[in-house]
Amino acid sequence: MKYLDEYRDARIARSLAARIRSRVTRPWVLMEICGGQTHTIMRYGLEELLPPQVELVHGPGCPVCVTPLEIIDRAIEIASHPGVIFVSYGDMLRVPGSRSDLFRVKAAGGDVRVAYSPMDAVKIARDNPARPVVFFGIGFETTAPANAMAVWQAEREGLANFSMLVSQVLVPPAIRLLLGSPTNRVQGFIAPGHVCSVMGFREYEELSRDFQVPIVVGGFEPVDLLEAVAMLVEQLEQGRASTENQYVRSVTRDGNQPAQKLIETVFEVAGRQWRGIGEIPASGYKLRGKYAAFDAERVFHTSGIRVEEPPECISALVLQGLKKPVDCPAFGAACTPERPLGASMVSSEGACAAYYSYRRHTASGVPV
Amino acid sequence: MTSFSCPAPLPARETVLLGHGSGGALTAELMRDIFLPAFTSPVLARLEDQATLEISGLRLAFTTDTFVVKPVFFPGGDIGSLAVYGTINDLAVGGAQPLFLSVAFLLEEGFPLADLRRITQSMADAADGAGVSIVTGDTKVVEKGSGDGIYINTTGIGTVPAGLHLSAANARQGDAVILSGPIGDHGIAILTQREGLQLESPVESDSAALHTLTDAILGVTTEVRVMRDPTRGGVASALNEIAAQSHVGIVIEEQAIVVHDAVRGACELFGLDPLYVANEGKLVAIVPGAAAFGVVKAMRAHPLAREAAVIGQVTGGEPGLVTMRTAFGTTRIVDLLPGDQLPRIC
Repeated sequence: MKYLDEYRDARIARSLAARIRSRVTRPWVLMEICGGQTHTIMRYGLEELLPPQVELVHGPGCPVCVTPLEIIDRAIEIASHPGVIFVSYGDMLRVPGSRSDLFRVKAAGGDVRVAYSPMDAVKIARDNPARPVVFFGIGFETTAPANAMAVWQAEREGLANFSMLVSQVLVPPAIRLLLGSPTNRVQGFIAPGHVCSVMGFREYEELSRDFQVPIVVGGFEPVDLLEAVAMLVEQLEQGRASTENQYVRSVTRDGNQPAQKLIETVFEVAGRQWRGIGEIPASGYKLRGKYAAFDAERVFHTSGIRVEEPPECISALVLQGLKKPVDCPAFGAACTPERPLGASMVSSEGACAAYYSYRRHTASGVPV
Repeated sequence: MTSFSCPAPLPARETVLLGHGSGGALTAELMRDIFLPAFTSPVLARLEDQATLEISGLRLAFTTDTFVVKPVFFPGGDIGSLAVYGTINDLAVGGAQPLFLSVAFLLEEGFPLADLRRITQSMADAADGAGVSIVTGDTKVVEKGSGDGIYINTTGIGTVPAGLHLSAANARQGDAVILSGPIGDHGIAILTQREGLQLESPVESDSAALHTLTDAILGVTTEVRVMRDPTRGGVASALNEIAAQSHVGIVIEEQAIVVHDAVRGACELFGLDPLYVANEGKLVAIVPGAAAFGVVKAMRAHPLAREAAVIGQVTGGEPGLVTMRTAFGTTRIVDLLPGDQLPRIC
């Protein structure tokens, strides 16, 4: 299959692994930002191909994982309202809030539906004018254009029964926070290719300059990730620190400008809570004043729902690359994808779930 | 890590969730916690796709299945033929010759009679083609809103030759794992139809009766350990069940598993792994390593298994664990999913 097979080619992967081995002279800690990249690394066992000097740590780029507990509780509260049609991406349904999850709301009679696009929710609102329809608009810059389009379209059509529970977060402020932390170990980043296909990578060039850190915009297939690692190792070994683009088939320096314009029209930058990390200033989007009528938090008066994140949970350390999932005493015992204790075990993009599903045999030393 | 604590887990589930019907870990939980303790039958406790019973010297296989597919008509089949083939297959993988079926219709008030006629005719054609007879049945109608158009239950019986003992608990180290062909066609045919996704080359369900294929396999060797039709939960779930019940490890080779391009493409779009996508006309057979060549050869001579191949081995690895050697030479786990596969966000 074009654009897939050549990026899953074992021969190319082995030659990239050899290139990394031939360049590396000392230990380097690299972080892949995006949960989709973590998923690929685990699924293909890419760490087995890397020399021992290269350590990959898994970043905060899983939208399900960083959605705060209180937003999930607000979603559950809204979805439980009689008459509401609550529409969500599939993998949010299993995420536990503090007392329930959306699957249970559905089992108890709530009208919770899975959609692949927020535009499906707009159509549902159009087809059910007497019922409030709420879309759970979560994600990084990747989902922002489609979510913005849904609100923009609803406004244009005057769909007064449509609203969105917005939990949009941005990648660069999170990287800035990690790099500014005194405990930071990360020496190079694989930037999220799909986020950059929307936003371009000028913001990452600023990060490279400000922190003297190499960044490579990477794709999501195994060959993409190995090539990105090779490019980072080469920069580090040569003492360079710039932003380079591995994912050239999707990403340009300026990104998708019509999409950026649409985001700009509908959303404005605002502070956001990140699960496991806390409040990061200017790290997300909220709806602009003109679109306030489509803000589900306002329609359903949920902003009073406040939940304290358990401060000791290890997901904070996992999301910052300070701990591996297997360092957690609950990993694989009290906490499994079947009964997740924290969000990074719920989504297949979460570092804990990816470890559990694909690699726990290596972690526990079980021979295969 | 001394002051570690985690948020309290959610309390035990008090209502049925959709995932309880996924064939994954939640379904297994229902069996373990509710059904098996109540029914206390040693035959049921074997957890085979069919019960094998000795009645007056005659060995009978007995099974039942309920079909709730939506949409009821899909590329490559419909709920009627599916209900016939599904039960035939559950008998066939036990080594049985399927003979008689019952059919029960659960109809919702308002369901078009034209559709019911079409579905019924499809069942009749499927049964005729497979050489089984539908000999008894039942019809119930529920009020509008209390059902979803049409549900069909079929129950089947067949005869099992003496000396044949297939069981998911029989796999042994050194056995070969054989798969009859490309995977994921049925699940993707249903999904693309449901989501209105137009593919360049539309995917058709592989829905088919497998009893002539299982006959062909048993014609090569009666030492077959276990056969399974990997329906909901896909090949991954079938292999996990076998590994767990036989207390063996299973290693499969990524490169040996065939997936049609259109199915792969749709899986990429929806964020699904074809190993977990349903099939309705595929067969997994575990046979002694020495018999594998002959079995694959016989399967390839059958129209339903032209691409049959050995996809892996039964090992002495961690009991219950299924792993896959990737094209990269690395190894990963192929786990049992907790519930239905959930499409990913990005």
